[in-house]
Amino acid sequence: MPESHHVAPRAGDVLVLVGTTKGAFVFRADATRGTWERGGPYFAGSAVNALGYDGRAGRTRLWAGPQSMHWGGLLRSSDDFGRTWTNPEEGNVKFPAGTDAALKQIWQISPGRADEPDTLYCGVEPAALFVSKDAGATWSLEEGLWNHPQRPKWEPGGGGLCLHTILPDPEERARIRVAVSTAGMYVTEDGGTSWRPSNQGVRAQFLPEPYPEFGQCVHKVVQSKARPERMFLQNHWGLYRSDDRGETWTDVANGVPSDFGFPISIHPRDPDSAWIIPLESDEFRCTPEGKLRVYRTRDAGASWQAMTNGLPQADAFETVLRDAMAGDSLDPAGIYFGTRSGKLFGSADEGESWTAIADGLPPIVAVKTAVV
Amino acid sequence: MAFAFMIPGPLRELAGNRSEVHVEGSASSVGEALPLLWATCPAVRDRVLTERGEVRPHIHIFVDGESIRDAGGLATPLRDGAQIFILPAVSGG
Repeated sequence: MPESHHVAPRAGDVLVLVGTTKGAFVFRADATRGTWERGGPYFAGSAVNALGYDGRAGRTRLWAGPQSMHWGGLLRSSDDFGRTWTNPEEGNVKFPAGTDAALKQIWQISPGRADEPDTLYCGVEPAALFVSKDAGATWSLEEGLWNHPQRPKWEPGGGGLCLHTILPDPEERARIRVAVSTAGMYVTEDGGTSWRPSNQGVRAQFLPEPYPEFGQCVHKVVQSKARPERMFLQNHWGLYRSDDRGETWTDVANGVPSDFGFPISIHPRDPDSAWIIPLESDEFRCTPEGKLRVYRTRDAGASWQAMTNGLPQADAFETVLRDAMAGDSLDPAGIYFGTRSGKLFGSADEGESWTAIADGLPPIVAVKTAVV
Repeated sequence: MAFAFMIPGPLRELAGNRSEVHVEGSASSVGEALPLLWATCPAVRDRVLTERGEVRPHIHIFVDGESIRDAGGLATPLRDGAQIFILPAVSGG
């Protein structure tokens, strides 16, 4: 196994957590975000689609969901920025007896709200939500969603039938929105007891009925912490904005080369600003015209501008997956993304200019950030 | 009855750094013998079986040189003194 390097962050440093098909990496920089050092690889050989950081209640805890092709997957955590990781004796995210299901892959690890510091959520394949109320020590299946009568009609997308997005509402404690490929979005307003589909206005181009109640292939959804009514959605064809917490959606694919893509990221303070990386089509899931362009809106999707300074603009047929872009919380906001070809790019000025943080990594499937 | 489990490299740390684990007990099939291994190496269980109790898709179990896939799966019969190999399949990418 390769030797792992480790980072030793100080207060105020930025971490970019990178999950790949062959392990995880931790990149660290100070707040200027000019020079990066690499930690890892961790879990060498395992795919790491889920990464997270829990800085609540005085913790500095990394979470990862490594998935071995041979030995299965589970959640592991580190309180020393990757130097050591837990390795639970038993799988900690398991379907209970009676469900007749088995975990295929962990797709998302998401801390809950700041005012419930021991709550975490985990999204998995087959599509299900797990919750922990004890800071990740134990996990249980959210049965309300699992037993939803529409679940047997959900269909797997290219990545499998996965629950990949979890959005605990920043203000309404009992409200959580999740997204499943391919089922669309479901929302609970009672903390998980009952769930309903919530996809009004979102197109399903691949179905006979283009606006079904559920069945959309939602690729990623983000919600503004500053104004939680504001959300953006990158669909399997379709780019949307909501101004009512996701109850209705409006097409905002204005001036983009394609409304097909995977990731979307929203500004940490400005609810009108977001970033996407369009791909040509569902048949050719690469950046259009061989140009690696991030598109940014400053006006809630009324217009989008290509941000290309520092990104290759020729022979760059790249793919950026749904969880492979994330922003930090600094001012100006940083934005980072990784490609399936193993390139990691970052911008410390909200996309105005980009630098290559790393190249030659295994295919990147997840990018998450933290400010320590 | 006695059985010898051969532990693959990636799981040895979870088996007390042993490459071979000897167990004793009554078992007429692989499925009955595996709990004897779990009793001494509990962390190995979830790495080999899913929560449905099935052998993970990319794991091979051989009994005295024969894959249990061709011999009845977990119902494959065992002789006293059988050698049971747990091995990762040749898969990856």
